[in-house]
Amino acid sequence: MITFVTFSKQISESILMFANFNPFFTAAIGGVLIGAASWLLWWGLGRVAGISGITAEALTAPRHPDTWRWAFLAGLIVGGCLLGQGLEIPSLPTRPMGLLICAGLLVGIGTVWGSGCTSGHGVCGLGRLSVRSLIAVLTFMATGMVTVTLMRGAA
Amino acid sequence: MNTTPTRSGRLGLAFTAGLIFAAGLVLSGMTQPLKVLGFLDITAAWKGSFPGLWDPTLAFVMGGAVCVTLLAFAWTQRLTSSPYLAAQFHEPARTQIDLPLLAGAALFGAGWGLAGYCPGPALASALLNNDALIFTAAMLTGMLITKALMSRNAKTSG
Repeated sequence: MITFVTFSKQISESILMFANFNPFFTAAIGGVLIGAASWLLWWGLGRVAGISGITAEALTAPRHPDTWRWAFLAGLIVGGCLLGQGLEIPSLPTRPMGLLICAGLLVGIGTVWGSGCTSGHGVCGLGRLSVRSLIAVLTFMATGMVTVTLMRGAA
Repeated sequence: MNTTPTRSGRLGLAFTAGLIFAAGLVLSGMTQPLKVLGFLDITAAWKGSFPGLWDPTLAFVMGGAVCVTLLAFAWTQRLTSSPYLAAQFHEPARTQIDLPLLAGAALFGAGWGLAGYCPGPALASALLNNDALIFTAAMLTGMLITKALMSRNAKTSG
C-alpha cells in the first residue's frame, strides 16, 4: 500500500512537471482522457458519463441492483485522491464555510433541476450534438462568468 | 444475457472509467478552483493585450474532451448494435428547452462561479481538501432535496 501511494505520488509529481511544461497541451490531454472515459462508459455500458446525474441517481436509488454508478463514483474519488495528492498546492486559501455551502447547494439544486453539469451537458451533450445541452452549457458558462465578475467586484 | 459473469465486468469497467475521468480532471487542472475561476473571469481578457489576465487553458479541456466524444457518439452505435456489457444504449431522450433546463443551468453556473467547483472535480478532490469536502456535502444535500421535490411534483401533477 505504501509503495502504491509513493508510486501515485511520483505520477502526480510528473504530472505537475508536465503541466508546467505546456499548460495548453496538458489541458487538452486531460480533456482527451475525460472524453476517453466517457467513451468507455458509453461503449461498455451504454451510459452517458454525466457526473451529477450518476451521483443523484446513486443517492436516490442506492439499493438499485445495478451498482455501476457506485463503481464509477468510487473510481472517480479514489483516482482523484491518489493522483491529486502531489498537486496539493495552495491554489486558494481556505474559503468561508458559508460561501462553500451556498455554492454547493446551488450546484446540487441546479444540476438536478437542469439535468446535467459540465460533464453531462458539456462533454457528452456537446459530443451528441444536443441543442438542449448546448443551451445549458451557454447558460451555465454565462452565469458562472457573471458570478465571478460580481465576486471580483465585491472583493 | 448471462448476467453473472458480466456483473463484475460492468463494475470493473465503470470503476476504470471513473479512474480515467479523475486522471483527466487532475491533469487538466479542473480540480484547481483558482484555475477554474481564472477561466470564468472573462472580463480579465480586456486587462492588457489579449488574453490579458484571462486564463483560457480550460477551454482546451472542453475542446479535447468534446473532440473525443464527438467521435464516440458518432461511431459507437455504427460499430456495435448494443454496448459491450449491457443490453442497450441509454440515450437521453429529452430535447425540449424548458424552464427547468434554463433555471437549473443558471443556478449551477452561479454555484460554479462562487466556488470554482463543478460536481466531478468536487468529488475527485473531496478526500484531499476540506473546502471540496464541505462543498460536496452541500452539493449532495442540494441534489437530494431537489430530487425529492421533483418527484413529489411529478406525483401531484401527473
